[in-house]
Amino acid sequence: MSDTFLGMPAFPQAARVALHNTTLRANLRHATHTIRAKRAQAVAELSDWEQLRDAGRQIKDHTLRHLDRYLIQLEQAVTESGGTVHWAVDADDANRIVADLVKATGESEVVKVKSMATQEIGLNEALAAEGITAYETDLAELIVQLGDDRPSHILVPAIHRNRAEIRAIFTSEMAAWGRAAPDGLTDSPGDLAEAARLHLREKFLRARVAISGANFMVAETGTLVVVESEGNGRMCLTLPRTLISVVGVEKVVPTWRDLEVFLQTLPRLSTAERMNPYTSMWTGTVDGDGPQDFHLVLLDNGRTDVLADAVGRQALRCIRCSACLNVCPVYERAGGHAYGSVYPGPIGAILTPQLRGTTSAIDASLPFASSLCGACYEVCPVAIDIPEVLVHLRERVVDQSGAGHRTESIAMAAVSWALRHPSVLATAERLATTTRALHPRRPPGVRAWTAGRELPELPAQSFRDWWKENHR
Amino acid sequence: MTQAARERILARIRSAVEQTPDVPPPTRDYLTAHTRDDPTQNTERLHRNLTEYRAIVHRATPTRLPTLLAERLAAQGAQSIVVPDGVPDAWFSACAIQRYGDRGPLTPAALDAIDAVITGCALAIAETGTIVLDGGPDQGRRALTLVPDLHICVVRTPAQIVPSVPLALPLLAPDRPLTWISGPSATSDIELDRVEGVHGPRRLEVVLLETEG
Ligand code: SF4
Repeated sequence: MSDTFLGMPAFPQAARVALHNTTLRANLRHATHTIRAKRAQAVAELSDWEQLRDAGRQIKDHTLRHLDRYLIQLEQAVTESGGTVHWAVDADDANRIVADLVKATGESEVVKVKSMATQEIGLNEALAAEGITAYETDLAELIVQLGDDRPSHILVPAIHRNRAEIRAIFTSEMAAWGRAAPDGLTDSPGDLAEAARLHLREKFLRARVAISGANFMVAETGTLVVVESEGNGRMCLTLPRTLISVVGVEKVVPTWRDLEVFLQTLPRLSTAERMNPYTSMWTGTVDGDGPQDFHLVLLDNGRTDVLADAVGRQALRCIRCSACLNVCPVYERAGGHAYGSVYPGPIGAILTPQLRGTTSAIDASLPFASSLCGACYEVCPVAIDIPEVLVHLRERVVDQSGAGHRTESIAMAAVSWALRHPSVLATAERLATTTRALHPRRPPGVRAWTAGRELPELPAQSFRDWWKENHR
Repeated sequence: MTQAARERILARIRSAVEQTPDVPPPTRDYLTAHTRDDPTQNTERLHRNLTEYRAIVHRATPTRLPTLLAERLAAQGAQSIVVPDGVPDAWFSACAIQRYGDRGPLTPAALDAIDAVITGCALAIAETGTIVLDGGPDQGRRALTLVPDLHICVVRTPAQIVPSVPLALPLLAPDRPLTWISGPSATSDIELDRVEGVHGPRRLEVVLLETEG
């Protein structure tokens, strides 16, 4: 990964800084609690939720086992439908491919649909270095881009900003990027959305090149799927002449029918809706409708390393619904930025150290950024056992630190390693919760969760105090 | 370059999984639908779910349709509409406003100057309150249903309504560009307050047209 949030302090320090930001905490708390309650209701409507969750897990595991076969099948189907497939080993590869494709069109501006993969590879920065301006078009991404900020949530990247802050950002920054904010802009969400609509519409109407990610790619048909709410995705996928989609290799599913599982689970878990407002599906190019030039960039960038780890590979099942963030007591208090990567929350704590390795302080500390309460596993629509992977990665960190002989208990190793790395884990004593750390509670399954079990309400207090109280 | 990358990625995948036992395809023991496939109930449910997601829903007979469309366009203050070629002319017998076909074809800027679009659909899904467009003759290319601010979509009931997502997918052709629409464009990006209408049509009206069978 090239987008390493340079200079990020390790998780505990970053989390403590975040805790002093009361706006951030209040926003996060309001946001995560709102989503949680609605989501439980949307899930409870489906009596076969457990079966859907199981099928989602099975589809992803089967795909990952035969990933080579399905990628080749996908490549063939996309090519036959008029698209061009590119393969990128790492971020530099992908960025170069995209920059070359944009330059070949003669354009110096692109519009973008929110995509975690392109954030992961630092595409906007790479394009800027080539003289190409990338405009983010998702409302939250626009807020983040105009505020010269970092996204803090997978689904609602500006969850850390409240309406007054957004108004201030729009008023001061929009003019430099294009159409200025209307005079007398208020901070009502409706007015702010209208300002974004006007600002972005001129960009959509003149855009010649768009860059997207995808939620799913269907191997048997070559179809890509983008799930969204605002319509900026449809704009980008429809109006420009050239479309470039950068997608992680793990996003492939074998069959058209497999979509019936994820199109039921994803919207209910991510935005707590029966269905999100817009879903776009396209297969290659279609004469006279939409982009006439379509490129798919298949991105590895560490994913095959994750795949090689028998325990850790389950992280590749992730469909980025963000439900695990919204139930995580650590995320709620620490905020997304503390995780130091584009993937915050519990999924970030297991994905980032695997994609990037655990050599930096922040990445080595991420597997410890959890209380192992198990709420993330219970809610996950593809049943990723996040606590299991966290413990597994803790072992890896301890091993690489040289502290742990395999004969020594991992627990003790963790403690001693942490004691010798005070800058990474400032309060090492909390790791004395070792028995608990090594035996993540196996939650009873998702029904218990959806039946209304919520995380205990915890008083607002410092991360450190909270952690101490909860980790003995 | 990308050829070398391709071989390298595929080789890495193979070596990553070669020790792993085969994982069978999924057992699909989830439901095909969560509701009974009853024509009346399907229509009711679609109506209810679309309304919940802030679409404005109407019922009409074929005889009443032209008047309803004329009334709705007037009520929404639309001065001009774009209409795909496959939409029957008879629908507009009561409309006096400027009507465009997709000639040229219309540029995005030209579409931006048109107030409304009226289309049919490929099918609708009752459980989720979803309308699916597949670019058929009565729907046109995707830009037509995207740029104008008001979209009026006519669903033939009960024939075009299926109960659930698993029952919808086999009826759709993956090689056509598909747009699934569940309520108007929306965002919850500002403090999670739902705001209807960002970039897609800000107003979605659905006419449930009663037809035989
Ligand atoms: S790990 Fe599971 S719950 Fe978290 S974002 Fe991914 S799919 Fe959703």
